[in-house]
Amino acid sequence: MKFQLEDVTVYFPYDHIYPEQYAYMLELKRALDAKGHCLLEMPTGTGKTIALLSLITSYVLSKPQNPVKLIYCTRTVHEMEKTLAELRLLHDYQVQQVGPRAQILAVGLSSRKNLCVNPAVLASENRDSVDAGCRKLTASWVRAMAAENPNVPTCEFFEQYEKAGSSAVLPPGVYTLQDLRAFGTKKGWCPYFLARHMVQFANVVVYSYQYLLDPKVASIISKEMQRESVVVFDEAHNIDNVCIEALSVSVRRQTIEGARRNLNKMRQEIERFKETDAGRLRAEYNRLVDGLAQRGNLPISDTWLSNPALPDDILKEAVPGNIRRAEHFIHVLRRLVQYLEGRLDTENVEKEGIVTFVSSIGSQAGIDQKTLKFCYDRLYSLMLTLEITDTDEFLHVQTICDFATLVGTYARGFSIIIEPVDERMPHIPDPVLQLSCHDASLAIKPVFERFQSVVITSGTLSPIDLYPRLLNFNPVVSRSFTMSLTRDCICPMVLTRGSDQLPVSTKFDMRSDLGVVRNYGRLLLEMVSAVPDGIVCFFVSYSYMDGIVNSWNETGILKEIMQHKLVFIETQDVVETTLALDNYRKACDCGRGAVFFSVARGKVAEGIDFDRHYGRLVIMFGVPFQYTLSKILLARLEYLRETFQIKEGDFLTFDALRQAAQCVGRVIRSKADYGMMIFADKRYSRHDKRSKLPGWILSHLRDAHLNLSTDMALHIAREFLRKMAQPYDKAGSSGRKTLLSQEDLEKMSEANMNEMLY
Amino acid sequence: MGTKYVQKSAKYKTSVKDPGTPGVLEMTERKFVFRPSDPTSASKLDVEFRFIKGHKNTKEGSNKPPWLNLTRDQGGSYIFEFKNFSDLHVCREFVGSALAKSGEAPQAPSEKLVATFPHEQLSKSEMELRMRCLQEDSELQKLHKQFVIGGVLTESEFWAARKKLLERDYSTKSKQLVGFKSSMVLDTKPMSDGRTNKVTFNLTPEIKYQIFALKPAVHQAFLNHVPNKMSEKDFWTKYFRAEYLHSTKNSIAAAAEAAEDEELALFLKDDEILAAETRKKIRRVDPTLDLEADLGDDYIHLPDHGIFRDGGKEITESHNEQCRRTLSQDLNRQGAVVLEGRTIDVDLEDPRTVAEALVRSRHAVEGSEKQIGLDRIARMTAIEDLQAPHSYPFAPLCIKDPRDYFDAQQANAIKTLDDTRAGMQQTKCSLSTTEAYCSLRESISEIKSSGLNHPIIKPEVALMVYNGLTQNISSTKYQLGKNPQESILESLPNPTKEELLHHWISIQELLRHFWSSYPITTSYLYTKVSRLKDAMSKIYRQLEEIKETVQADFRHQVSLLVRPMHQALDAAFQHHDADLQKRSAKSGERPNGYT
Repeated sequence: MKFQLEDVTVYFPYDHIYPEQYAYMLELKRALDAKGHCLLEMPTGTGKTIALLSLITSYVLSKPQNPVKLIYCTRTVHEMEKTLAELRLLHDYQVQQVGPRAQILAVGLSSRKNLCVNPAVLASENRDSVDAGCRKLTASWVRAMAAENPNVPTCEFFEQYEKAGSSAVLPPGVYTLQDLRAFGTKKGWCPYFLARHMVQFANVVVYSYQYLLDPKVASIISKEMQRESVVVFDEAHNIDNVCIEALSVSVRRQTIEGARRNLNKMRQEIERFKETDAGRLRAEYNRLVDGLAQRGNLPISDTWLSNPALPDDILKEAVPGNIRRAEHFIHVLRRLVQYLEGRLDTENVEKEGIVTFVSSIGSQAGIDQKTLKFCYDRLYSLMLTLEITDTDEFLHVQTICDFATLVGTYARGFSIIIEPVDERMPHIPDPVLQLSCHDASLAIKPVFERFQSVVITSGTLSPIDLYPRLLNFNPVVSRSFTMSLTRDCICPMVLTRGSDQLPVSTKFDMRSDLGVVRNYGRLLLEMVSAVPDGIVCFFVSYSYMDGIVNSWNETGILKEIMQHKLVFIETQDVVETTLALDNYRKACDCGRGAVFFSVARGKVAEGIDFDRHYGRLVIMFGVPFQYTLSKILLARLEYLRETFQIKEGDFLTFDALRQAAQCVGRVIRSKADYGMMIFADKRYSRHDKRSKLPGWILSHLRDAHLNLSTDMALHIAREFLRKMAQPYDKAGSSGRKTLLSQEDLEKMSEANMNEMLY
Repeated sequence: MGTKYVQKSAKYKTSVKDPGTPGVLEMTERKFVFRPSDPTSASKLDVEFRFIKGHKNTKEGSNKPPWLNLTRDQGGSYIFEFKNFSDLHVCREFVGSALAKSGEAPQAPSEKLVATFPHEQLSKSEMELRMRCLQEDSELQKLHKQFVIGGVLTESEFWAARKKLLERDYSTKSKQLVGFKSSMVLDTKPMSDGRTNKVTFNLTPEIKYQIFALKPAVHQAFLNHVPNKMSEKDFWTKYFRAEYLHSTKNSIAAAAEAAEDEELALFLKDDEILAAETRKKIRRVDPTLDLEADLGDDYIHLPDHGIFRDGGKEITESHNEQCRRTLSQDLNRQGAVVLEGRTIDVDLEDPRTVAEALVRSRHAVEGSEKQIGLDRIARMTAIEDLQAPHSYPFAPLCIKDPRDYFDAQQANAIKTLDDTRAGMQQTKCSLSTTEAYCSLRESISEIKSSGLNHPIIKPEVALMVYNGLTQNISSTKYQLGKNPQESILESLPNPTKEELLHHWISIQELLRHFWSSYPITTSYLYTKVSRLKDAMSKIYRQLEEIKETVQADFRHQVSLLVRPMHQALDAAFQHHDADLQKRSAKSGERPNGYT
């Protein structure tokens, strides 16, 4: 359908539109007009992504004088694929409606691991070895060597791509990762470098958060994005965590040992070069004297993970004299490693600020702050000089340098925490020195400054006023939309008691209570026998899930559950989890029905949809609080209280409830879909906890459903399923429309539209 | 129905006490042949199934060996002893179906046979089947009660007319493959008797099969080691020793034992075949749930980057190489194998054959898997209710109650030969042969040039044909259904209606048996016919009574309804009388004939 939104003609690939999508587009358009940032919360299952994509592409079509580029950030690769699939649908529709003028280039970008087509490189197991494998074939010195000696292997895909030069371009269209690989294979060009090259010409770029937020990656990939871009962070409820993780580094015994090995290797290399090619080291020295830490324009294939500090904070000046010589630098690093090892050797938990930490490095290891700050750049330069290609082997020394650079650069917003053991397993010594960032606004600040519009959107951004404080920005538009439902297709329930009417909870003192474990088991057992197709269960942690599943297995509950549905479990091994998910879907597709056990805050909760028959019921066992004894969390809470006046309890509840809401929110795909959500913990019935849930769940949570026992919940579930099986009017009846057609919209624009909307 | 030929080794025994002659029993649909392994032995058999009256067998679990007893119709029996019960079951089922077939076969049976026919031997399962049929269908039950228990028809006569019903149920049931068990085999709990340190595991052929399917490494080890390197018993003992070690979660003890015994270590190690399979599968996985790709794109969590110890990451005890398998992995594997379903269809008794069949089925599966198309992802992402509904042309489903046909027939009677059906449009089809030929040629050449286009028949055409057909069948229903007043059956008071319908069904049943009894060739049929005739005349009278007792304002309608029933009965009586006369005329010289 095609409709007028103020001065923009919006092309929307469906025949109908939800009123909230319309309202969402309107707000988004106003934010674009104002060239400002915005914060939009809209329930899952109301087509956020397609609304957003249609508006922005249509905006560009209507205002060709300012071509806006869309940078769409997803949290995961599979969300990237889904977004691109929706974009393809939209693009096909727009080209059909508008003609070739609407053609755009949209690419998804990922790592070498996901884009490489060279079988020799792909054979490696993990990402780092794929990266290293690629460098071994494509680094400029390797290729130079291959030019002289044909026995040196190179990557034919990269060579072909280089040979094609500027003619190596992607024709307009929408490219998922799979499409890129297929295109690359067909043309014989390396898809990874092609995609990275095309990013600067594409109208829409879809990639992961970190390509903008993590300075190590962002300054390679995203440095050439123009200011007139719209940046979208989808599913952004966890964005603060991504930001702080991007700037956190930890050092462990393994790191120290690894770094020592790396340093030895490097020293040998230096010795070797001294004998064979001393000129090279001298050249590097001279370059550093001239103040050029970076070598200027490097070939695309030589770039490696970049400086961990944010671009504005990196000093553009000469590398300090004491580390200009390679062997001196190695020596400084040795002292640093020595110092860190000494700090790791402690019996008590230690927490200190960065300033005191740096000054103690200065006094005990004789390394000043400025030297620390240049560690990364110096290492990078040295690795290029030494022509090191097996980067995966040198990750440890890189960690040490990242750590040093961050410590040298920032004075506030971080703290150093040293823990001798993990408190949950006090008998196993595993000391760790952590540099943890507490201030989420640090990492995202350059994004807000560089781009004219940043859109932060998710199904769960409640309370919506907290995010501007956490991320320290001023949105021009900040709105939370509710969901207008044709029928009550979501059914949230709070279950406080088990079948024996005793309270259930995962509170620390109750979670190992056998009665609670049994009650949870009975709940699931009753539900698997009543609910068709897929059921998803979320637990508060892996260890809790393991414990409860084992105990169900011993008491025979699991066996009974398996008589009704197949059981699949998320494990810490992603490959295993992926296959389990795949089988889960198969079981739901074929009608066998299955239960998926998953973990809140886990990989599955982060972005797998359980829509339609893949999830008719979600059970959230317990409240997914963070591990409150964690020293890092405590430090962060302290920082939040001092800097933003956010109370600890409030933040913890907010964080737990956004995770819970995120877990249960994945059952709805559209208004035609339906699903139930059970919050199985007595604490959910308390107002202070419950009220932190997003409005669209709260508005369907009836008072009668606030304090249920298993038998009552079962009864409600049966009633609900029966009701959902009835035919209904999709357009919505009696006054309020939940599905708008083109005529409705035209009528609306004539009348006062706000009146009709809300 | 199943296989056409069965061959099993068995012992033939003339009596229960007889030690038996070892040999091979071969069965085809028509006969069975027993060849003793000692060719000189006299106990060679070659018997057709039609001389077999029934079969019995010993129950599994009783302490008798697996015997199959085939009863001859002239008395006496053949007893076969099989090696195991599954052989017995195969043969028993085969004999059952063969006997059913030979009973059906249109052969002129001798008089004596038919006379004994009513006392057929019924297997328990067959009885159950009949019971179930009766339970499911109340109308059938009523008929059964009225005629069989009332003595008009015998049990076998009643069911003989419904062989189809029984057969269908029976054959689908026996053909369905049992799926893979969803309960975990891996938690076959060891039983300890409490006093000694002995631990017992129960092992059945089914469990062996499950273990093979779930653990390719064990499967492979079995193929490699048994029976060359170790006996089957040793193999399983070792396997369960490993399982036991694993279940005690004592990794040190496990490691110690594994170090000494390399075969045992095999069971404790990670399954490498499984791992290879996993790697293969992960490449084909749906990209919308590929968590592994995320991991590959996540530079925030480089080693030692990101937040390390906030309680979010889990701690795993540093297990040694053995004993790493967890319950979660077992559950996931179980689910995956159940989804694949039972891939083999062989006798489970011999683990060697099971293992080999499994290898074959694995190869077959590998070839058939395909990559998930992009359209699937597109379908997943589309928002269904925003699109216009897919409006495929459809005609409303018209499920009929058999009573409607009765109704329709009556309506025709009312309309007395008024054949002009107003509601029907007839599509005139007047094509000459040449025209039809040309059109056919055209469409063939079109298909040749452009291939089959997707709906092979245009939907409109299909719809028209379909409508025409349904309209034709149920036109009367259409016309009547719209106006309930017109349906005379509906206008009658309920008890009368029920009664009439019941009589109608009874008459149908009786007439079916009546007409199928002609020509009367045996005395058995003769008595049957006269029985039927009595029952029919009883109903005839009952109908008359209904006609008379019914209220005056309904009498006309009722008589209209009753008339065709009477007509049908009259025709039967007429035929009966005529036949009787013919018979008595023919056998005039034979005094007192069959009566």
